[in-house]
Amino acid sequence: MYASEFEYYAPATVAEAVALLDKYGDDAKVVSGSQSLVPMMRLRLSQLKHLVDLRKVPGLTGITESGGFIVVGGMTTHHAVSVSELVKKKLPMMAEAAGNIGDAQVRNLGTIGGSMAHADPSADWPAVLTALDATLVIASAGGERKVKVSDFIVGPLTTVLQPAEILTQVRIPLPQGRYGGAYEKMPHPASRFAVVGVAAEVFLDAGGAVQSSRIAITGLGPKVSRATSVEQALQGKKPEAAAVKAAASKAAEGFEIREDLIGSAAYKANLAAVIAERVLKLAASRAQGR
Amino acid sequence: MSETFFGKSIKRREDARLITGKGAFVDDLKIPFTTHAAFVRSPHAHAKINRIDLTAAKAMKGVIAIYTGKDLKDSGVKPIPVGWLLPNIKVPAHYPLAVDKVRHMGDAVALVIAETVYLARDAAELVEVDYEVLPAISDGAEALKAGAATVHDEAPDNVCFRWALGDKAATDKAFTTAHKIVKQSFRNHRLIPNAIEPRACLASANAGTGETTLWVTSQNPHVHRLIMAAFVLGIPEHKLRVISPDVGGGFGSKIFIYPEECAVTWASRALSRPIKWTSDRREAFLTDAHGRDHHTEAEIALSAEGKFLGLRVKTVANLGAYLTLFAPAVPTYLYGTLLTGTYQTPAIHVDVTGVFTHTTPVDAYRGAGRPEATYLVERLVDLSAKALGMDPLEIRRKNFIGPEQFPYQTPVALLYDSGNYKGALDKALTMFDYPAFRKEQAAARKQGRYLGVGFSTYVEACGLAPSQVAGALGAQAGLYESATVRVHPTGKVTVFTGSHSHGQGHETTFAQVAADELQVPMEDVEIVHGDTGIVPFGMGSYGSRSGPVGTAAIHMGAQKIKEKAKKIAAHLLEANEKDVVYEGGKFFVKGTPGVSKSFFDVSLMAYLAHNLPKGLEPGLEAISFFDPGNFVFPFGTHICMVEVQRDTGVVKVLRYVAVDDLGRVINPMIVDGMVHGGILQGVSQALYEHAEYDENAQLVTGSMMNYVVPKADDFIGVELARTETPTPVNPLGIKGAGETGTIASTPAVANAVMDALSPFGIAHIDMPLTPGRIWEALRGRKEA
Repeated sequence: MYASEFEYYAPATVAEAVALLDKYGDDAKVVSGSQSLVPMMRLRLSQLKHLVDLRKVPGLTGITESGGFIVVGGMTTHHAVSVSELVKKKLPMMAEAAGNIGDAQVRNLGTIGGSMAHADPSADWPAVLTALDATLVIASAGGERKVKVSDFIVGPLTTVLQPAEILTQVRIPLPQGRYGGAYEKMPHPASRFAVVGVAAEVFLDAGGAVQSSRIAITGLGPKVSRATSVEQALQGKKPEAAAVKAAASKAAEGFEIREDLIGSAAYKANLAAVIAERVLKLAASRAQGR
Repeated sequence: MSETFFGKSIKRREDARLITGKGAFVDDLKIPFTTHAAFVRSPHAHAKINRIDLTAAKAMKGVIAIYTGKDLKDSGVKPIPVGWLLPNIKVPAHYPLAVDKVRHMGDAVALVIAETVYLARDAAELVEVDYEVLPAISDGAEALKAGAATVHDEAPDNVCFRWALGDKAATDKAFTTAHKIVKQSFRNHRLIPNAIEPRACLASANAGTGETTLWVTSQNPHVHRLIMAAFVLGIPEHKLRVISPDVGGGFGSKIFIYPEECAVTWASRALSRPIKWTSDRREAFLTDAHGRDHHTEAEIALSAEGKFLGLRVKTVANLGAYLTLFAPAVPTYLYGTLLTGTYQTPAIHVDVTGVFTHTTPVDAYRGAGRPEATYLVERLVDLSAKALGMDPLEIRRKNFIGPEQFPYQTPVALLYDSGNYKGALDKALTMFDYPAFRKEQAAARKQGRYLGVGFSTYVEACGLAPSQVAGALGAQAGLYESATVRVHPTGKVTVFTGSHSHGQGHETTFAQVAADELQVPMEDVEIVHGDTGIVPFGMGSYGSRSGPVGTAAIHMGAQKIKEKAKKIAAHLLEANEKDVVYEGGKFFVKGTPGVSKSFFDVSLMAYLAHNLPKGLEPGLEAISFFDPGNFVFPFGTHICMVEVQRDTGVVKVLRYVAVDDLGRVINPMIVDGMVHGGILQGVSQALYEHAEYDENAQLVTGSMMNYVVPKADDFIGVELARTETPTPVNPLGIKGAGETGTIASTPAVANAVMDALSPFGIAHIDMPLTPGRIWEALRGRKEA
């Protein structure tokens, strides 16, 4: 598998990178961890002419807490997220999800920003970051703009990113009150992408009932989606086994599920319900522990 | 007494080289002025080639030549032959490059030679082929139906051969007397080998000497040379040297003579330039010969007491678009002959139809026919037990061939030389407490957890032999092995073996055998393989033959060396040869070890030739060919314990116990590794791997993104033990060890999953037993 000919650039700043993207437009693309774009180039599914590598740009990696947010640089690897003490303490589901992406080699090279910009409909990050209500910071020649994750992904491998824009940061608001999160997926046995992945962030009120929740499902549809039926069913209920099961059973509502080698639409809908139930139980118990 | 090595877990000598990147695989080799090849491949499963336009590709700077199938055919290149013929078999021409039609996705239509591999790939994209797409068929059973697309005009019904074995009348009679008949249809699905090193070749024609050297990923370089020289390219055999250097795994897929090495070798001679081609993973999925792919209807006749009375099997074997080297033998002589299993079934009849389809050719893949047979038999045994309300172990014990019955003539041609099936089972049951498991299973069910146990009390036949019988059955080759043992003047030894190591560790194990026989230190023995320029004609490694056949040839060669050395020693000791013994690396007159000649002394004199017995030739070298009298028959008991998750269909292997009888074992550590890897490969067929084509015969599982190869973290813990029943077939009592794991494990896993699902009234699900399939089978079912 050999890519077709392309020019390679290693800019030293975001401004330089953006300038290159401006210059070459649709013929150029940014590479971050090289785990999705490069295989596509090697298969010649992508035959871009100009490859702009961000790995020499300083300041795009790292995880910090600032102003009520966990701020993750777009070039931060999955591995770095999975081992971050800050993330483990404040947003354990994020560290757990990161630690189960792909395999060790993918986690050591692949990045959170790259994964989001690639927008694979079976990727883990879109679900996790949707449940965490994250915001993405996007740089261009005109400056910066911020987009909510829920507005960012448009469809399979499609986002609102313009050709001359770069995703530089992921900002996750630190939840307040009695909150708990969890993510679990049924990994595809070959690719380890999510056949179905469910991320949930649950907030409990003083009485222990569900005040609100954000539940996001990846793998089932053309893009990550909120499981609003489940969220509504949980609202105001104590997260006891029967209530959780009843709510989780609605996980696949609203999805048009496609049958494939993994299983029938019914099987995947069942998986969504089973995983949603497990995830909600764990998220609720974490919230109860706060 | 000098140190002996047989039976010791000596660390692999080749590992230091291989794991520090000092190996030399074909793609690592650099020859000045090497050019690079790329193949233009059909995106269609079936199409007529109307026109090939090379204009744009040829105009690219750096492109040296482009050849089509017509170019090769017109220059005299012949079709790649088949190495095993059956009565009335149809053998359509298989040219290295397709001539008029393409017949599977990935079929090669043109060869591009350029200065770099990138240029070659770019130019290949510019070759314009005008295809007239034709209907295609991928499923073997569907291909037999009226109106199915035809693969070859000479086989309008897509039938390549019809083959049968066993006594039909006796089998039919057994069914008329049966108390019960158990019928089941089975799908043994298609697999893709995926050796870690993709296939590669580098051909270098020397216009000065007229010699051509081909480095190729081959499990059998002499077979490669013979077929390419004598049949395909018409090169005098002594002018073609085939070298198979370090090779990263084969599993059967590197036995066959592929179009790519034929076309590249021909082009190197046409251009007088070295040409390299290395398959990429995508090409590997599309062009490495696949494995398995059977549709089978089987029925077994049972007595009221649970005795097997007769077995009737009808199989449709999907052979793919062309016949590769041993394709006809795999679903016939390597399959039908093993349907006895370890049981005294008195009457068996098997009927196999080999079918062409528009898919990648199917040939030997780890186990080759024997996994298919073993899966069938071991599943039928469990289904029989269930039908009769018997325990799966009770029915096995009732039908086992007893240790006193060997040699045992089966109703399907094989003569089992030795065995103790009950012994292996008993040993396995000391490791796995079956009554305790049944209690645990019952308790777990009450909590909604579904545990299952599966047994596979298997036998397999490897080291296929003897040559005369193989020839009578259609083999176009002998099945012996060669060895040259060359003792150098200093007493150091080089052994040239016709076997080939592509992961098996021969450099270690063969040295263990040679060092023992010659009573020299292991470091004094070098093992050389894989080069037709220096190794005597040999048959290579496949079918678990290197242990039972390859080492026996070395053993024979060493005996010849010792005989001659003893003559020289006796002469030097001024003693009668009959009185001289060789012990601890020294020759001396029996009873007087104080006066001796060392192996070094004798070796040196053999080459100095100053003082040799009258009439004895100088030198100390022997060549041997071992042609065994029979197959060898490893056997054992594998026990798999699983849990099936009711809500997701996920199967977890909780325990795996394997007791194998491999005869005498040269290096337990290496054999453990072979068995371990083999088991995972078999587990993988049962649970994960599956090659799938769509309705247009497009391979949809064509990459690592959707074809499931087990990862390191899918590895299961395996508890291994062995019994040892040496085979009388070869002098060292060795049976093959390379395939037992794959052959035994698949049915053990399937039986375990079915046991776990038995409360739901599910008797059988076809493999792979993926979560989706299990959940679908469970859907709407309640526990009985």
